[in-house]
Amino acid sequence: MNTVSAVVVRPFAATARIYLLEARSELLRVWRTPGFAIPTLLFPAMFYLFFGVLLAKGEHGAEQSLYALGGLGSFGVMTPGLFGFGVGFALDRGLGWLQVKRASPMPPAAYLLAKVLMAILFAGIVSAMLCCMAAFLGHVSLAPGQWLTLLVTLVLGSIPFCALGLAVGAWAKPQSAPAVVNLIYLPMSFLSGLWMPLQFLPAFMQKLATLFPAYHLGRLAYAATGVQATERLPHVLALAGFTVGFLLLAARGYRRNPPSNG
Amino acid sequence: MSDDRPVIARLEGVSKRYGAVKALDGLDLDVRRGEVLAVLGPNGAGKTTSIALLLGLLRPDIGKVSLFDMTPTARAVRERCGVMLQVSRMPEPITVREHVELFSSYYPHPLPLSETLRLAGLTEVAERRFGKLSGGQQQRLKFALALCGDPELLFLDEPTAALDVEARRQLWDVIRARVARGTTVLLTTHYLEEADALADRIVVVDHGKLVVAGSPAEIKARSAGRRIRCVTHVPAESVARMAGVKDVARHGAALEILTTRAEPVLRELLSQDPDLSDLEVSGAGLEQAFLALTRQPQKEAA
Repeated sequence: MNTVSAVVVRPFAATARIYLLEARSELLRVWRTPGFAIPTLLFPAMFYLFFGVLLAKGEHGAEQSLYALGGLGSFGVMTPGLFGFGVGFALDRGLGWLQVKRASPMPPAAYLLAKVLMAILFAGIVSAMLCCMAAFLGHVSLAPGQWLTLLVTLVLGSIPFCALGLAVGAWAKPQSAPAVVNLIYLPMSFLSGLWMPLQFLPAFMQKLATLFPAYHLGRLAYAATGVQATERLPHVLALAGFTVGFLLLAARGYRRNPPSNG
Repeated sequence: MSDDRPVIARLEGVSKRYGAVKALDGLDLDVRRGEVLAVLGPNGAGKTTSIALLLGLLRPDIGKVSLFDMTPTARAVRERCGVMLQVSRMPEPITVREHVELFSSYYPHPLPLSETLRLAGLTEVAERRFGKLSGGQQQRLKFALALCGDPELLFLDEPTAALDVEARRQLWDVIRARVARGTTVLLTTHYLEEADALADRIVVVDHGKLVVAGSPAEIKARSAGRRIRCVTHVPAESVARMAGVKDVARHGAALEILTTRAEPVLRELLSQDPDLSDLEVSGAGLEQAFLALTRQPQKEAA
C-alpha cells in the first residue's frame, strides 16, 4: 500500500555517521578487551625481540633480523583478522547480538567494514612496531621504498585473514571458535615458513606450504625485504583467490548456521 | 475490543520447522495499532520463533508475514520498529551511552540521547560499561536500544526473563510509560502475571498453535478459576468427571481440585462425602490457571 516509503534513500551524512560510529564501537570493543589487544600487539613484538634482536647475534645475525621481520610481520597481521574478526563474529552470530543488529535498520556492510577496518588498523600498528624494532634494535637497514612496500604488503595482507576469520566465525560454535582459530593459526604459521626457513623442513612439507595463505603472504613480505627475489604476482593472485574462497565458504556457513541466541 | 484499528503486523497461517521439530504450526497473529499484545506460552511454545519471523530474521516454511503491509526485511519497516531480543552476550566493554548513540544513528528520527537514557532509567549509569551493569540495568539498556529510534511498534521478547521481582517491576514501569504514549507493543512472556500487568490482549500459544486469545480478564475467566483443597474419600477419578473441573491431584489424604466454579463441585462433593474435612477454597494462582489452559489441548488430543 504505502510501499513508496520503502525506497526513501538514507541521506549520505546519516550513512557516513553509522559507518563511523560502528567503526568506533568496534575499535573501542577490541581496544578495551585486554585479552585481545595485549597479545595481538605485544606477542609479535616480543617474539621479534627474541628471534630478531636477542638471538640474532654472530655471523648470520643481520640475516636473521631481516628474516624475522618478514616472517613475524606476516604472523602478526594474521591475528586481528582471525581472533578479532573471526572469534568476534562467531560470538555475535551464536549468542544473539547479531540478531539484534540484523533486526535494526543498520546497513549490514557497516558491521563488516568496521571489523575489517579494526583488523587493518591493528595490522598497521603491529607492522609499524616491528619495523621500528628492526631498524633501531635489529640494525636492519632498508631503502625507504622497501620499508613502504613491506608496510603496505603487511597491512593489506591482513585482509585474507579477515576472510578466513569470517569463514571460521560462520561455521564454528561460539564456544569452540577460539580453539579452531588456534588450531589453524599456529600450525599454519609454522608450516608456512614464518618462524624458520622452509628449507629446514622435509620436502613434502615445503610443497604443502603452498596450500596456506600465510605462505604466500610470507613470500611477499620476504620479497619486500629482499630476503628472496620472488615473482610477486602469483602470490598476490593466490591471496586474492584464498580471499574469494574464504568469503564463499563464509557465505555457505552463514546460510547453514544462521544467527541465533544460543 | 475495538477491532477497527488497523493491523500493522500479521502472521497468516505460518508454519516453521527446525529439522524434526515443528516450532510453529499454522499460526495466525494480528497486531493492531495502539494495542499491547502479549504472546503467552511455556518455553518452546514458538513465541521467539514468531518474533523472529515478524522481524524477517527467519523465513516461514508456509504462510505469509507482513509488517506495515510490507515485507519485514524492508529498511523502511525496520526504521519503524524497535526490537528487544533475548541476547546471551553483548559487547561488554562498550558504555551505555556509546551503545545508545550507535543504535540511535541507525534511525531517521531518533529520540534525543538524554531522553532515551531518562526513559530507560539509565541516566546515572550512562558512562558505565555494559559488562559492569546489574542484570536489571542490562535489560533496561536492551530496552533503550529498542526505544531509541522512537518506534511505532516495539517487539519485546521475554523482556524480564531471569530478572528478580524488583528489577522486573522497574522494567514494567518503563514499558508502561512508553505504552502510555501510544506505541504498539508485541510482547512475549511465559509469565501470565507479566501479560496481565502489561497487555490489553493476550494470545496463548503452545506447540506452535494458538490455544486461546482474549483480554487478560477473559483469559483468566476461561482458565480454571478456583482451587478447592479438602480431605475426602471421594476418588479423584469421579471428581474429574464433575462439571467444570479442569484438574485433580491427590496429595496424601487431600485432594486438590482446579475448577471454573467452586459451588457446584462443593455441593456434589458434600453430598457424596458428608465427612469431608479441612476444606479450603481459593482463587487459583495465575500460574496454575495458565498451566490448566495450556494442558487442555494435550488432554483432548490424548
